Amino acid sequence: MIPAAFDYQVAESADHAIALLGEHGDESKLLAGGHSLVPMMKFRLATPTMVIDVGRLDDLRYIRAENGHVAIGALTRHHELENSDVLADACPMLKHVASLVGDPSVRHRGTLGGTLAHSDPASDLPAAVLALGGTLVAQGPSGTREIAANEFFTGYFESVLAPDEMLTEIRVPSGTGGWNYQKFNRRAQDWAIVGVGVADGGKGVSLVNMGSVPLRATAVEEALAGGASAADAAALAAEGTEPPTDLNADADYRGHLARTLVLRALTEAGVS
Amino acid sequence: MEVQITINGTTHTSEVEPRTLLVHHIRDDLGLTGTNVGCDTSSCGACTIHIDGQSAKSCTLLAVQANGADLTTIEGMASGDGLHPMQQAFMENHGLQCGYCTPGMVMAATSFLNENADPSEAEVREGLEGNLCRCTGYHNIVKSVLDCASKGA
Ligand SMILES: Cc1cc2nc3c(=O)[nH]c(=O)nc-3n(C[C@H](O)[C@H](O)[C@H](O)COP(=O)(O)OP(=O)(O)OC[C@H]3O[C@@H](n4cnc5c(N)ncnc54)[C@H](O)[C@@H]3O)c2cc1C
Ligand code: FES
Ligand code: FES
Repeated sequence: MIPAAFDYQVAESADHAIALLGEHGDESKLLAGGHSLVPMMKFRLATPTMVIDVGRLDDLRYIRAENGHVAIGALTRHHELENSDVLADACPMLKHVASLVGDPSVRHRGTLGGTLAHSDPASDLPAAVLALGGTLVAQGPSGTREIAANEFFTGYFESVLAPDEMLTEIRVPSGTGGWNYQKFNRRAQDWAIVGVGVADGGKGVSLVNMGSVPLRATAVEEALAGGASAADAAALAAEGTEPPTDLNADADYRGHLARTLVLRALTEAGVS
Repeated sequence: MEVQITINGTTHTSEVEPRTLLVHHIRDDLGLTGTNVGCDTSSCGACTIHIDGQSAKSCTLLAVQANGADLTTIEGMASGDGLHPMQQAFMENHGLQCGYCTPGMVMAATSFLNENADPSEAEVREGLEGNLCRCTGYHNIVKSVLDCASKGA
């Protein structure tokens, strides 16, 4: 399978990438690791006429401990996250979840900014950033803005990013409070049929593949905050969700998985 | 667009369409047909090569993304008549049957050992999770990689 024809330009800086997005409009796409975009272009599910390669912006590849949070450049690859000493100390959950994405070859190329911008409800790292209460930094023609992770995802493969905006940084709070991530699948390398992220002793609980966007399990979070037991809170995991039905699982089974995995994740995170 | 890609120590300058996949550039333009295409959908790893020393699936990259990079394909593993230790280990441990997955397996396995020189069996299995063997010869593939690791090569 070969993508439809397109023009290609290497961005020399984030400013340059944003200028090119402005110039070429809706028909243009940023290319980071290409490990979501290139497969979609091969299937011709995406047919941009201008591809802007931001994959060489090495100044956006960093993981830094800052005041109360870890700042991660948007072009940082999954492989760098899973091997990061900074994350081992300050945010072990993100390091662990990065190690569960795809396979090593995928992790050598895919980027944190790419997987967030792609906004696939089946992805692992967006759910982790969501549970952690992360912040996304987007740069556009008129400067940068900060977007809370739980306001970022708007629909299947859609986010609040404007067509001429680019993610430049992702921030996650430092902290090693009880966390866990459950990725349920049946074959090595597969995406989660359902996944669950628990951060900060149950203050953040997120769901993978339980709707059109990566979700916060708000009913679970509220029950826990109100003093419910892990078992009682987990029973609410599928509340308000509209999980998809596909070859792997129907919606009811996904609901069952969500309840089971939330309880498992809370227990592993030390929440009782 | 003009790209300059170093493969197995030789720098090639070529004109490619931006939509040319790296695996097609390697096989069709440069004639290095050791790298196979299996699934063409990023799953099987038959097309695995090294980019700047790290394994990558060349069916999921554009040739233009590799402009300026240093690549190794299966053809670059042996030195003269001497097989690479990983190739030798696959040969001695019957790590291949039809051989279709083998170039990708060898490239993924060497990249994996670069990152984890002394892996457990479970780690080898996880390290190779992006590579499928249609002959299902996983047992001996894992044995080959462990053998290569134990020889410290
Ligand atoms: C075989 C395979 C298995 C996988 N398995 C998993 C898995 O188990 N779990 C999982 O979570 N993911 C999985 N992935 C997806 C992987 O994590 C991708 O790397 C990731 O989704 C996209 O990152 P990228 O850098 O490759 O983005 P790209 O493909 O380059 O871009 C994706 C989208 O985001 C946009 N974009 C990229 N960077 C930015 C930016 N900085 N600002 C704004 N927009 C941007 C692009 O325009 C495009 O629309 C898998 C991928 C493959 C090929
Ligand atoms: S051909 Fe590239 S992963 Fe199968
Ligand atoms: S040896 Fe036949 S596909 Fe692996």
